[in-house]
Amino acid sequence: MSHPAKASEFLEDSAKSKWHDETLWFVRDKRDTISKTIPEWEQLRELASRIKDNVLANLDNYLIEFEKNAKANNIHVHWAKDAEEHNNIVLSILQQHRCKAIVKSKSILTEECHLNPFLEENGVEVVDTDLGERIVQFLNQPPSHIVLPAIHLKKRDISEIFHEKLQTEKGNEDPTYLTHAARVHLREKFLGAKVAITGVNFGVAETGEFVVCTNEGNADMGVHLADVHIACMGIEKIIPRRKDLGVFLRLLARSATGQPITNYNSHFRSPSPGKEIHIVLVDNGRTEQLGREKFKNSLKCIRCGACMNTCPIYRRSGGYSYGSVVPGPIGSILSPGLDLKKHSSLPFASTLCGSCTDVCPVKINIHEQLYEWRQEITKDQGTNAKSISMKIANGIFAVPFAYKVSGAMMRGALKILPDSITYSGLNTWGKQRDLPETPKETFKDWYKKNRS
Amino acid sequence: MSSRDSILSKIKAIPSEQKTLPEIPDFELIGDLKELFIQSISGNKGEVVDQAQLKDFLEINRFTKIIDLSNSFQDLRTLQLPEDSHDLADIEVAIIQGQFGVAENGAIWLTDENMGLRALPFITEHLVIVLDEKSLVDNMHTAYKKIGDQHSGFGLFIAGPSKTADIEQSLVIGAHGAKSLRVVLANL
Ligand code: SF4
Repeated sequence: MSHPAKASEFLEDSAKSKWHDETLWFVRDKRDTISKTIPEWEQLRELASRIKDNVLANLDNYLIEFEKNAKANNIHVHWAKDAEEHNNIVLSILQQHRCKAIVKSKSILTEECHLNPFLEENGVEVVDTDLGERIVQFLNQPPSHIVLPAIHLKKRDISEIFHEKLQTEKGNEDPTYLTHAARVHLREKFLGAKVAITGVNFGVAETGEFVVCTNEGNADMGVHLADVHIACMGIEKIIPRRKDLGVFLRLLARSATGQPITNYNSHFRSPSPGKEIHIVLVDNGRTEQLGREKFKNSLKCIRCGACMNTCPIYRRSGGYSYGSVVPGPIGSILSPGLDLKKHSSLPFASTLCGSCTDVCPVKINIHEQLYEWRQEITKDQGTNAKSISMKIANGIFAVPFAYKVSGAMMRGALKILPDSITYSGLNTWGKQRDLPETPKETFKDWYKKNRS
Repeated sequence: MSSRDSILSKIKAIPSEQKTLPEIPDFELIGDLKELFIQSISGNKGEVVDQAQLKDFLEINRFTKIIDLSNSFQDLRTLQLPEDSHDLADIEVAIIQGQFGVAENGAIWLTDENMGLRALPFITEHLVIVLDEKSLVDNMHTAYKKIGDQHSGFGLFIAGPSKTADIEQSLVIGAHGAKSLRVVLANL
């Protein structure tokens, strides 16, 4: 299903979608407020962007340096060209340790690799320990936001699933009560796990250490109680020097949730005596993206989620409407690189207002790249404009969009779609405004007819 | 070819323009470091207390399982550090010496040396960090300068108690780790 079709599903519950919209805007607002307390904010963004530019221009050397230093610190370093290899490496480490149950903290990379279902098929119980991730795991859903995984759910939904899974009181929706029930449940899992998996926020080439940031402390609860820590890291997560962490840690939490820093920022350099640390360095399409001159900047992303919180389309269509592991503006640049056909509607899920670019702490030109993808998709598809607008008229959205027909499509959509969709905010430019009279034909059609 | 070599050679084959690594200038934080630090900690839902307040906290709650690794003032421990982290499961209070604090965000730097066992500051029900007032620095740039090339297997910037807002964005303290953080700012 394409983005608009899924978005309209999300919008069916209008009270919930309104709450979603307003809540994310509130987070965006907190980001604005705190960023204004730092006089050098813009300078920090510029620095972060330039550090990442330097990383992308020298990625091979930094990876080699990182590997060398990590190995010298007694860390096992593995390389995976794709998701499959990554999953097999993780499984083989678990098998070596005869481990049948693991705890895992937030890692978008392992979502990208679909590690959970793979491990479960192989008889390993996977417990996601970030509260939001545990909630969506109970519901058999993926996270809908990279920082706020359960932002699409209301406390009633959570109360219901906790009643079923954790035997909490029926109807008790108190967030503190529910969180503490999860605490008790997860404590037991932490104490029982022999292997813990985490993601990585930053890998430092100079020292071979890596940094993991959480507010809940769940990553640390897992790894410090387990015998083996497996850290899964995309190759783009490298930064050159330890002091670069100063720049990135100042930007990350402020951009993500408007707090000055996450409460736990753990620097892993070598294992405790008798324990093991493994790092899996994963490519999975990143080198291809690096080779696309117009899109390689997307690899600078530090996954703060700010572009999602600010995006009028994301806020009003929900994370699932994107159908990709990383949703929102940045997901709409990354995902087409992985599978252009599947994700070809995503670059159109944007008003190109540029708000994403304005908030991005590493200054990725997100909206320009969305525009570039539209050009590529148009070239690639050569889809027939009439057939697409006919299909839309019939309520069938299964056809990937193409830029050259999107005008025709909107013209069709504005006329034919029920108000609940056109006024839903999916096209925010139409909200609280009278919709313009739409021309009957495109300029191109008109020109073709009239040029003789 | 191994995956390592194929990834590296793929990257090498991509033509790229050289981009210099920028130097990070000094940024200053204007204001009284102690005041700013106290503000930051309370913003992160921790609390700055003095020695007397700490004692009251311990006495009123009649804690019996206390590990004290700080060596700043009177030893408050009732238990020794166990060998296995799993034996920390029902620790009520851990008291740890912090190396320095950062005024702009309340982060406190700890390494293996301070924690004894890496799980300790996370698994304890309540965490107390003792910090020398004179150790405060302004921002994260100065913080990393201070860390320099210090070598520790594990380093931690801790800025508050364990917290989450994953249920409808309502803030709840005590998600998995410590349910409270008290910082004793002392003139050591
Ligand atoms: S693209 Fe920028 S704003 Fe969006 S998640 Fe990545 S770093 Fe954050």
